[in-house]
Amino acid sequence: MNELWTIAEQKNGKLKSVSFELLSRGRKLADEMNAKLCSVLIGGPMKDETLQELFHRGADMAYVVEDERLEDFIVETHSNVLTDLIETYKPHTILAAATTSGRTMMPYVAIKVNTGLTADCTELAIEEGTNHLLQTRPAIGGNIMATIKTPNHSPQMATVRPKSSRPLPENTSRSGEILRVKLKEELVDARVKVLGIRKDEEEFANIEEADVIVSGGKGMKKEENFGMLRDLASHFNAVIGASRDAVDRGWATYPHQVGLSGKTVSPKLYICAGVSGSIQHLAGIKTAEHIVAINSDPDANIFQVADFGIVGDLFEVIPALNKKLEMEKGGAPDEI
Amino acid sequence: MNIIIPIKQVPETSNVKMDKEKGTMIRDGVQTVINPLDLYALETGIQLKEKFGGKITVISMGPPSATKALKEAIAMGCDDAVLLSDKKFAGSDTWATSYTISQSIKEMGDYDLIIAGERATDGDTGQVGPGIAAWLDLPLATYVSKIEKVDETELVVERLVEEGYQKLQMPMPALLTVVKEISHPRLPTLRGKKKARVSEIPIFTAEKMNLKPESLGLNGSPTKVVKIDFPTVTRGGTVVKVEGETGVEEAVDKLLDFLKRKELI
Repeated sequence: MNELWTIAEQKNGKLKSVSFELLSRGRKLADEMNAKLCSVLIGGPMKDETLQELFHRGADMAYVVEDERLEDFIVETHSNVLTDLIETYKPHTILAAATTSGRTMMPYVAIKVNTGLTADCTELAIEEGTNHLLQTRPAIGGNIMATIKTPNHSPQMATVRPKSSRPLPENTSRSGEILRVKLKEELVDARVKVLGIRKDEEEFANIEEADVIVSGGKGMKKEENFGMLRDLASHFNAVIGASRDAVDRGWATYPHQVGLSGKTVSPKLYICAGVSGSIQHLAGIKTAEHIVAINSDPDANIFQVADFGIVGDLFEVIPALNKKLEMEKGGAPDEI
Repeated sequence: MNIIIPIKQVPETSNVKMDKEKGTMIRDGVQTVINPLDLYALETGIQLKEKFGGKITVISMGPPSATKALKEAIAMGCDDAVLLSDKKFAGSDTWATSYTISQSIKEMGDYDLIIAGERATDGDTGQVGPGIAAWLDLPLATYVSKIEKVDETELVVERLVEEGYQKLQMPMPALLTVVKEISHPRLPTLRGKKKARVSEIPIFTAEKMNLKPESLGLNGSPTKVVKIDFPTVTRGGTVVKVEGETGVEEAVDKLLDFLKRKELI
């Protein structure tokens, strides 16, 4: 039976949610081509009971290579391990998340196992008859959607954006086989060493994985005004984003930058204020599910892509919005 | 320290026109520039050269017109440039591109560091940098936001990852892909421009590099584009104008209705 693999990710013995998002994509594809869905975890030590969630979320089987030396992602060693697994078990298809590690390991492995790889797919399907993976991705700044396949090489490999699919509901009656594969010494590449991790801010902004982003642009006028955006963000548990203009002016740091030279994001809700909507910015938010724009210029480009837009002074609109949201949260009556 | 920087020439804006029948980009009349994210790689390389000496070679794969991008890199402060250009390279995917570039780097030999941009703004894959490292079996650090320490044989860098900044120690030669945070690209100098103007840029063809013909261009690429669609840009959403005194309240109420309807609050 063909196997479809999804790459699970972990941190300190806990599975990251991208592991389950990939299984939900993988389950559909595996059913279409009657394949076995296997989650592949290369990382630090994992308990059996933690791994059960992989089965509850759709996996039929789990390959686990665990070792203290695999806790931190190091592309050389992780790629060696995945390459060895591929050569041993010959999967039909491998999906990984387009995280910093997925986007580093997958291109490395694709070269080592001599196959194609498509980055950042938004849609995946199985071609009838051939069982080739049809991989659709935005390209050229989101101007086109290209469907790509790898007809003559194996395995079929693709990365998909975090948050672009939802995990399946947990079904605790499902179970599966855990196959633990011992880490072979010769696969450990000791050239690169992890010295540590540093967090800059209390809440490190990871806008690529955010469900809701509240973004500010040049129209915010100064850094202090981002305060009202942070208030707004707190109502949605959102992460702060910024346009290039705002980052270049020092109102927000680079990890917050949305757009072609920053991050491409795909949240469920993108709220932006004082963002005019340059082509570069729009390209970075095209895959957002809902876009809300607040801008004083009725001709701003941002309104072309907005699902809901308010033409008005953001310094009036945002405080009013914050006030209403505060009232709703407090369960205040509709009328005061 | 000898540094190699692979760069790509891309259309100046992402607002490119497409030939809907052929599914290709209309390149006529489109201004081209160095991929904006490659400028950070160039600046990083130039700063290292200023500190440690040595030389920087820029490489690009593309049509003869990509000479322009290479000359701009020289004008910024790079020393030499090489253009990989051959009809046989046309249509390369990231696998074939990283193969071709890595073979040219092997050909050139002697280097300590390869620095690449995070990704190109047109293809947007970020796969060629890691691919080159895989072909050359070099230690790799992607998303590098800071070079903390460099000595003769070793580097300490920080990578911008989901959880924060990961610090890595690695031996040279190595390959880094860098993010915007690492540097502020300089503008070309007048002297640099003069130098660029008189620079001869050698062209490497498939034959010159002794490449495997079956690994080149469209035919040598494992991935094939089978279909192109044109998503509509305009979403046709609701736009509410704030007018008069009650305008703000009304607009905000409508927004809240919208958010509730979409189950976003």
